[in-house]
Amino acid sequence: MPIAAIIQVLLALLLAPLLPGVINRVKAFFAGRCGPPLLQPYYDILKLLRKGAVYSRTTSWVFRAGPVLGLAAAMVSLTVLPLGGTPAALAFHGDLLLFAYLLGLMRFVTMTAALDTGSAFEGMGASREAWFAMLAEPALLLGLAAMAVHTGSLSLSGMLDGLALADIRGPGAPLLLLVAVAFTIVLLTENARIPVDDPNTHLELTMIHEVMVLDHGGVDFGFIQYAACLKLWALAALLTGVLLPPPGGWPPANMALGVALILAVAVMVGVIESVMARLKLVRVPQLLVAASVLSALALALVLR
Amino acid sequence: MPTALDILAVLLILANLRLLGSSRLAACIRAVALQAVILGAAALLVNLSDLDVRVVIIAVASTGLKAGALPWLLRRAIRESGAVNEIEPFIGFTASLLVGVGLLGLCFLIGSPLSAHVAAESGLLITVSLFTTATGLLVIVSRRKAVTQVLGYLAMENGIYAFGMAFAIQEPLLVEMGVLLDVFVAVFVMGITIYNISREFDHIDTDRLSALRD
Amino acid sequence: MLWLLLLIPTGAGLLSMTLRRQARLRRWLLLMAAAAHAALTASAWVVRPEAVLYGWLGLDPVSLLFLSITSGLFLATSVYAAGYLRREPPRKTDFQEGLLFTDAPEARFVGCLLLFLATMTLVAVSRHLGLLWVGVEATTLASAPLIYFHRHHRSLEATWKYLLICSVGIALALQGNFFLAVAAKGTPEVHLTIEHLMASSRQLDPLWLKAAFLLLLVGYGTKMGLAPMHTWLPDAHSEAPSVVSALLSGALLNCAFLGILRVHALLGAAGLGDFSGQLLIGLGLVSMAVAAVFIIEQADFKRMLAYSSVEHMGILSLGAGLGGLAGLGSMLHMVNHSFAKAMLFLLAGNILAAYRTKSTRQVRGLLQALPLTGPLWVAGFLAIAGSPPFGLFVSELIILKGALQGGHVLIAAAYLLILGIIFVAMARSVLQMAYGVPEGAAPESTRVQEAWAVLPPMALGALVLALGVYMPAWLQEALSGAAQAAGVR
Repeated sequence: MPIAAIIQVLLALLLAPLLPGVINRVKAFFAGRCGPPLLQPYYDILKLLRKGAVYSRTTSWVFRAGPVLGLAAAMVSLTVLPLGGTPAALAFHGDLLLFAYLLGLMRFVTMTAALDTGSAFEGMGASREAWFAMLAEPALLLGLAAMAVHTGSLSLSGMLDGLALADIRGPGAPLLLLVAVAFTIVLLTENARIPVDDPNTHLELTMIHEVMVLDHGGVDFGFIQYAACLKLWALAALLTGVLLPPPGGWPPANMALGVALILAVAVMVGVIESVMARLKLVRVPQLLVAASVLSALALALVLR
Repeated sequence: MPTALDILAVLLILANLRLLGSSRLAACIRAVALQAVILGAAALLVNLSDLDVRVVIIAVASTGLKAGALPWLLRRAIRESGAVNEIEPFIGFTASLLVGVGLLGLCFLIGSPLSAHVAAESGLLITVSLFTTATGLLVIVSRRKAVTQVLGYLAMENGIYAFGMAFAIQEPLLVEMGVLLDVFVAVFVMGITIYNISREFDHIDTDRLSALRD
Repeated sequence: MLWLLLLIPTGAGLLSMTLRRQARLRRWLLLMAAAAHAALTASAWVVRPEAVLYGWLGLDPVSLLFLSITSGLFLATSVYAAGYLRREPPRKTDFQEGLLFTDAPEARFVGCLLLFLATMTLVAVSRHLGLLWVGVEATTLASAPLIYFHRHHRSLEATWKYLLICSVGIALALQGNFFLAVAAKGTPEVHLTIEHLMASSRQLDPLWLKAAFLLLLVGYGTKMGLAPMHTWLPDAHSEAPSVVSALLSGALLNCAFLGILRVHALLGAAGLGDFSGQLLIGLGLVSMAVAAVFIIEQADFKRMLAYSSVEHMGILSLGAGLGGLAGLGSMLHMVNHSFAKAMLFLLAGNILAAYRTKSTRQVRGLLQALPLTGPLWVAGFLAIAGSPPFGLFVSELIILKGALQGGHVLIAAAYLLILGIIFVAMARSVLQMAYGVPEGAAPESTRVQEAWAVLPPMALGALVLALGVYMPAWLQEALSGAAQAAGVR
């Protein structure tokens, strides 16, 4: 296993909490506020890790297993993602399915943990999460399928090789454009960002993701926060690492470029959150169907 | 420049899907205006190697009319009728999107042999032109508001224009201008009619125009 | 001279739009322009004018025939219109629902009427299919304000349907034009002029040509009122003022037919005549059948006339599709139908003004109440239903003979059956209207007995009668020339 692959996973684990910080700073900039420090997510997670946890007597082991399994799934998903032209640590045939299902597993354990509390709010959040995820999944998988057909590789890292730089200006451009838009919508949905979900909302009734983790505290909640950061990193890496082939050259420079691109995605998310309002709940499926349509269109373009 | 044309074609598809999926009339008008801009750019791109005055005049005139004058007219019609949203179309928005994807698939099936049949500028553009025309027809039959139906008509026209471009059909300037003038006056007259409908009926739902029947 | 044919009505139309106050002057302008147009058209029979504008505008025998029908009809209706506009009060109550409504400004009406003539002239003289398309779409736009002359909600509804359905149909025809251009890609030069296409018809790609014909048939067929694309037609004809209905039925539908004929001729030259002919026959029979269904028990006499137009357009299409003798018959039939139907619509306007109802059940004792309009109405019915001695009898007979000659016995039988049904159905309504005693208050009959209201339909009726009893040799020659040029001979 090349050392670069290990370094990139370590980078992800280290830098992921930076992303929410960047997003918050961008939003603060748009709102004309100072905003929290860039490293605030690190402080939050560290503080939570030092605290103990309180468990309700009605919950079972499912509730306790949720955060741990979720964090584990998020960490494993990082090992199949390439970054800045460096192939992933665990690149193999079909790893794109593993990636999709690791995201699915993470969602599953979060939902079961939420259901285990027996709270009405958390059940509601879980049901919404399941509903939206069900609609977002085709967008992700069809988009990945389009990429797979286009590059002739069933591995995320292999796609990177199959994607020549000339493709951006070449025949692959329309395809990449479509998939990029679809993946952006998937990223916003999976990470519970505006316009699908508002991470800062204060009303349980309107929450989706936040409401599911209301009963978690202390270390468990720290795990959940950290796992959310990793998930954001993973999808941003998917967006930039798979769709944008690196210029090639000195590997450390490439890797720095990859990290910069992921931070750029965070800035983009911040901008989107600043200029858009949250959609009505009933309109969200339409957005997700549109994303699936884009991915399907991309697939049709490749198969043409 | 086949790639740039392909990108424009994909943008055209997106504009069509936007037209199908949006309930806000203002957004639909923007989508159709965007189509016109894309087509104007594509017209210049197709003829980039031998640009002449004729091509430029037609591209500029049609873009100006379809992306400037006509949207302005339709926006006025909306303002005067007070209609903001397309409410309860005969085919819902999500369903329209899915039907649109089905139509697109169909157009791929029809378009691919056609593009092989004739050496065309961009194979994708033929498919997309058929899709745009089909989208226009779908919008006309599945929506209630008069304004949306006019938008469907415009989308149809855009699709036909794109078809002519894909096959590099050069009609004489006079005829092209005649066609443009007709489209302009058609939308103009429809706009006036919509204004009258909204004044007479207090709504512009064409399905409620049902006094005449056998 | 061709330029004059186009420019006189255009100029007069634009001028009359600016004449907001001078009503008398405007009506004289209408009459003068119509007369000048008719005179120019008549002179074209003597001296065939040169083609102009790279040969895109020219008069072949078909053009001349269509132009003459349009021009003659317009002259007759403009006389009627001038009187009508003089006597029509600008504000009145709607007799169907008792609402108060106003008319559109007369200046706009007269202007659009003249522009309508100009656009129909353009269609008739176009030798370029792109230009022809521009003309056909322009006729829609010029006539839409005419339908919305009486500003009430029903005419508005009719205008909207007319505009949208016809525009969408004609947009399909534009796509058809493009298909034609693609079909002509194999020829050295891509021109949509009729000469060029006819000359290189064998090099055209047959598949594209067929697709183009389908689109053009649907597109122009919508405008022509062929079923099942006819839905706008009864609404527009029943809600427009009778003058406009007469022009729509007598002249506009023909223009769309000309568009179809041009392409049909092209397919014939390319050896695909059977394909297009069969489609025309099929659509023709469907139109006749649909019209028959709606004429039976039709309670509104203007709608009845409108459905009768659908029927006759079906006959034209059938005749053109059969070709041979039937093709010649359909040319003659077109002339006859235009004049007879225009006459009936003008008379319907008189009846409407006198009885203030469009219902066939509320009009009784027409012969007694309107001693001029009444008999003419019955005569018009006999003419349109195809009974001797009127011209339509002759032309319908020729088409029947053509069908039998071609060995299409089943088609001939269906044709006869439908004509019979329509005859009976229309006879019931018309004769009930003619006989009996006027109910309630006697209709106000003074106005509709004036010369302007009676002479134009009378003249048209006389023409139809004359065509039935005597066919001059020059006309016969012209008709067969037109049939030949239209490729239906």
